[in-house]
Amino acid sequence: MLRDITVGQYYPADSLLHRLDPRTKLIATMVFIIIIFMVKTPLQYAALGLFVLLSIYLSKVPVRYMIRGLRSILFILIFAFVINLFFTPGTPIFQLWRIRITYEGLRLASMMLIRLVFLIMGTSLMTLTSSPIQLTDGIEKLLSVFKRVGFPAHEVAMMMSIALRFIPTLLEETDKIMKAQMARGADFESGRLLKRAKALVPLLVPLFIASFKRADDLASAMEARCYRGGKGRTRLHELRYAKRDVVVFLVLIVYFGGVFLLGRL
Amino acid sequence: MIRLDNVSFTYDEDEFPAVDDVSLTIEEGSFVVLIGHNGSGKSTLAKLLNALLIPTEGDVWVEEMNTKNEEYTWDIRKNVGMVFQNPDNQLVATVVEEEVAFGPENLGIDPAEIELRVTDALEQVGMSEYRHRPPHMLSGGQKQRIAIAGVLAMQPNMIVFDESTAMLDPQGRNEVLEAIENLKEKGMTILLITHFMEEATVADRVLVMDKGKVVMDAPPVEIFSRVEELREYQMEIPQVIELAHELREQGISLSEDILEREELVEELCPLL
Repeated sequence: MLRDITVGQYYPADSLLHRLDPRTKLIATMVFIIIIFMVKTPLQYAALGLFVLLSIYLSKVPVRYMIRGLRSILFILIFAFVINLFFTPGTPIFQLWRIRITYEGLRLASMMLIRLVFLIMGTSLMTLTSSPIQLTDGIEKLLSVFKRVGFPAHEVAMMMSIALRFIPTLLEETDKIMKAQMARGADFESGRLLKRAKALVPLLVPLFIASFKRADDLASAMEARCYRGGKGRTRLHELRYAKRDVVVFLVLIVYFGGVFLLGRL
Repeated sequence: MIRLDNVSFTYDEDEFPAVDDVSLTIEEGSFVVLIGHNGSGKSTLAKLLNALLIPTEGDVWVEEMNTKNEEYTWDIRKNVGMVFQNPDNQLVATVVEEEVAFGPENLGIDPAEIELRVTDALEQVGMSEYRHRPPHMLSGGQKQRIAIAGVLAMQPNMIVFDESTAMLDPQGRNEVLEAIENLKEKGMTILLITHFMEEATVADRVLVMDKGKVVMDAPPVEIFSRVEELREYQMEIPQVIELAHELREQGISLSEDILEREELVEELCPLL
């Protein structure tokens, strides 16, 4: 159950998107998200859809991978669609007793659905094509602009990468403790929500305590290897913008600018 | 070279010292094994060697640098590498090569040089083919070898293994011990802390700790001839040595320097 999480996974391949600097991808994704919520006309959506499809093609990530990522948020998608469909006031096009679907509702609901799908596809494309290390390095570099005002960019990036490093370890441990408790008759699966939540307590307590021990050990190990924060630290793979990053930036400015202008037609 | 002068260390919450008035010297290029039962103070002693702990009394000198002087802390840690017990809790990065590069990165070494060191260190522990793998997919023994590579990449003069084989299965233990012996052959100074007595047989010198004191300090042959004394310190005697000892007590003449099974077999066969 715990191993099915696909959001945030890395799909190793050799493609244009994989080779891009993570900073380029982070910035592009952010701009893309903003644009998603700014566009209004169907033509603009079509243009963004084309953009997503082209990106998936260029990333060499199999389409079924992308769809699997959508499946995990299927509930949220349906929920957002239904809420918007039934609860938007306007001209009714269908009415059965107190359930009413309006033209505005249908429009808003489909727009929301498309936006969410684009949002998930865009962001998962970023994580699928960049390794966790590249991402945290990129975030560190981007955030280091704020170092002057005292923002701990290196520390935040280090915390993120350690968190990522320990996710599989902690999942493994959770699994082990669960099995140990189940062997002694613990029941995690039946009963009402409250009962199930209560059943998790004997799972979370040992996990929590073990995490402190781990943190302590890790701190010693890092200190023993001369870790003393980001100052004076070098990297095995320094991030460097390449020509393709410049090209991609230019293409994006033109494309997104075009999408923006489409709305004014 | 490391020198301890009358070193004691007491944890804040404890009444009795965990390390009690220890003086010893570890020579360049030697292979020292430190054994002792749980709570004998051996891990505390290890942490005193690279300034993770500072002695409450006495001084620790690493290449003529006192661990009390904070100016030297990073030079000392660069000099005395350390591999810990739990393979999962000492790995920082999500890819093997980044893990090995972590130490040199902290030292501010040039990326091109780090690249060379990573390649070399992985080669030395025989893990080159795993370079781009995530460490959590590896076995315990492989994780420990990665940890060793991470220390090697800092190019230390000495490596302390703080019970690094305790949590491994027999195969993983053998892998790690083999890597350690390779390092020894290359002239690395090694301090191996363990509670497996049989790991002490290959050492140049064995230290036995009990209640914070170093109670025995001799070459393995001599240590293992003092079986009764070892029992007093709650050490588990390896089967071969125990058998040889019992046979000797029964009046069978066997030489005193039997440490391995093959040696015992060779001595016993002519007697039959």
